[in-house]
Amino acid sequence: MTKPQVGVVVFPGSNCEQDVVHAFRYLGAEARYIWHHETDVSGFDVLVLPGGFAYGDYLRTGAIAAFSPIMDSVRAFAHEGGPVIGICNGFQILCEAGLLPGALRRNTGLKFRCIPVQVRVETTASPFTSSAGEGQVLEIPINHFEGNYFCDDETLSVLERDNRIAFRYCSPDGETTAEANPNGALANIAGIISEAGNVLGMMPHPERAIDPEVGGTDGEVIFRSVMAASSLVTQG
Amino acid sequence: MKFEVAIDVMPRREISDPQGQTIERALPTLGFDGFESVRVGKRIAVVMEAETEAQARDIIEQACQRFLTNPQIEHFSYSLTVMQGTT
Repeated sequence: MTKPQVGVVVFPGSNCEQDVVHAFRYLGAEARYIWHHETDVSGFDVLVLPGGFAYGDYLRTGAIAAFSPIMDSVRAFAHEGGPVIGICNGFQILCEAGLLPGALRRNTGLKFRCIPVQVRVETTASPFTSSAGEGQVLEIPINHFEGNYFCDDETLSVLERDNRIAFRYCSPDGETTAEANPNGALANIAGIISEAGNVLGMMPHPERAIDPEVGGTDGEVIFRSVMAASSLVTQG
Repeated sequence: MKFEVAIDVMPRREISDPQGQTIERALPTLGFDGFESVRVGKRIAVVMEAETEAQARDIIEQACQRFLTNPQIEHFSYSLTVMQGTT
């Protein structure tokens, strides 16, 4: 079986790309960097927009990166059904690029939060969570100042109706309480999925939770799910 | 013609503004009482060239909608003046 090919987009100011590449390689995939001025994404099975501070978060987080040359290719890849994951700043970029609805606003409390949090898997009917259990609680670190997810009421009801909320912040026993919400995100939302189901945006960093030596292994299930999904596609 | 444009970007009214709320809570501690509805936005100042004022307004509004603001969370207003000495 050929290994899934993962492309990790690097913008000026990205800073989690090495962790993402390491995570995928560690779990058995091939991964390489794609500079944001490149436009060729052929041969990749999965694309990842990693965390960081693309363009220094100038104007709004993700606003300038959303217009980088690579983004037309990311958009075309997504339209063809290719799986795309945006983590933290990558999630912000996907929202600004219109690949996901809503926006990430400044955390309530105005605190930069860098802590492990618990998130509950809200759906397993996605290429990113198929190997997880419904309602499974994962411990994954967050590291952001602007992770306060917002969308209008209509969008929220569509996300809920169509099972497109991937993860919600929760207590260790899986309750989505206000205390468990680290940033004020609407409805405790930590991650959402696109209408077609193949684009995931999430604030927590699963690439920092793949090794028992550092940070646990709860992030693994997301990468393993998408690797399994892309292998199925590759094998036709 | 050259225009001087000042674009004010504010968080939408129906959305909470944690920065404004924090400042509102801090004001009385410094003895500044009576403030309410404190909100924080930003101003983008540009000089631009266009054939007419109508064209300038059209371009500014498109730039605000597509790039300078995120209409999901922000709204904008702007003032535009013809720069002296330009035609």
